[in-house]
Amino acid sequence: MNVFQFVWQNPDQVSRLTLEHLWLVGVSTLLAALVGIPLGIGISHFPRLNKPVLASANIIQTIPSLALFGFLLPVPWLGERADRLAILALTLYALLPIVRNTYTGIRGVDPAVVEAGRGMGLTDLQLLFQVELPLAMSVILSGVRVALVISVGLATIAAAIGAGGLGEFIFRGLAMVNNGLILAGAIPAAMLALLADLGVGWVERRLKPR
Amino acid sequence: MTCAEAAPVCLADMAALGTGPVIEFRDVSFALPGVQVLSGLNLEVRRGETLVLLGRSGSGKTTTLKLVNRLASPTAGEVRVNSERNDAVDVIRLRRGIGYVIQEVGLFPHFTVERNIGLVPKIEGWPDERIGARVEALLQMVGLPSEMRSRYPHQLSGGQRQRVGVARGLAADPSILLMDEPFGALDPLTRDDLQREFLALQQRLRKTVIFVTHDLREALRLGTRIALMEAGRLVTVLSPAEFLRSTDPWAAAYVRAFGEDAGPTANRGLS
Repeated sequence: MNVFQFVWQNPDQVSRLTLEHLWLVGVSTLLAALVGIPLGIGISHFPRLNKPVLASANIIQTIPSLALFGFLLPVPWLGERADRLAILALTLYALLPIVRNTYTGIRGVDPAVVEAGRGMGLTDLQLLFQVELPLAMSVILSGVRVALVISVGLATIAAAIGAGGLGEFIFRGLAMVNNGLILAGAIPAAMLALLADLGVGWVERRLKPR
Repeated sequence: MTCAEAAPVCLADMAALGTGPVIEFRDVSFALPGVQVLSGLNLEVRRGETLVLLGRSGSGKTTTLKLVNRLASPTAGEVRVNSERNDAVDVIRLRRGIGYVIQEVGLFPHFTVERNIGLVPKIEGWPDERIGARVEALLQMVGLPSEMRSRYPHQLSGGQRQRVGVARGLAADPSILLMDEPFGALDPLTRDDLQREFLALQQRLRKTVIFVTHDLREALRLGTRIALMEAGRLVTVLSPAEFLRSTDPWAAAYVRAFGEDAGPTANRGLS
């Protein structure tokens, strides 16, 4: 079956799975940003923590995604619903680029600028919100961008544990040896990744300090 | 020095304004792990004077400056500001009462000129229209047209950025100004302009200024007194005229290094 024919004939299914996919990716990236940005800020101010934190995030990144889904399956509250589990796994994967870019971005702010601010009597919080974060924002956002694009791809695997998303077409297509069906999952996923990339890129340019 | 030879205002008049030094270093030492940066510093800065800290890189002059607003804390001894130990007062309050001007890189690149200058007033909670008026007045004071207020630092020339830096340091009208090689990165002509304007401004404002430089000519021109530092120690404190005649080996070496023409630029207006 031709992929375009398939999409044309099953608009409900395609849009439902695309929405599920977006949900998995959106919620997990949001969670990763909510955890990862403060974590990145924390380790940039307490350098002693940066090695252990970045190493842990790195190690998580090296766990094969299917294995991670499997490991999380027996966890009580999580295992009950596949989408919770998938969201947690995707969040863990998205952490590394976000934490690392936040750290790099804040460390990359010109020390003279920070010192000038401190010398003028800015409190630590004022320094963070008025100087460090705005100046690090484009680097932080490019971390979010990488996380988003990775998540869109990884989320297809979530279908293996029944979390839904465009991966369902891919797995079904694999089982039925139907390339059209695989593409019906892969093409929209690739388009989502591109759109996410463009979207964050746009936000990045809007926020860029001139 | 007597007042007889001096021009419009003289330090003897200023003494009437307040007694005791505004800033005082008592047996101050500062060490980083493995490096003694400053040792046994005793120094007083008087109200309304421009004390120049002169010395080569690594002599401890910038550290001395940072001890005043507690960007560095002494490992021994104490620093007093307005007769109070500066570690006994809230550090944020202390810093907001002291203007801080460093080389041009200190401007916030993501803030317009107006926001850069108005930063301390803003965090001090001034109403917007007062900040606006203050920025306007300061721009005029440092010789920048008011259209500059909406520009970003990277859109300005080096001299303009430094003017903004001075304006920012003066924004909340602090009585003390710390200046760390503020004109160091400028071309000679622009530096000359800014030095001249600094002198004129200081005639009017009478801030207590500590000015760090390694340029003897600048020190002689701007300083009421010159504190010469070498390897973390204060060598001597002299007026510009005394400095040129000094037999102190370090001072003499400095004068030699700058050649004979250092003389005519000596600060006659304030000493």
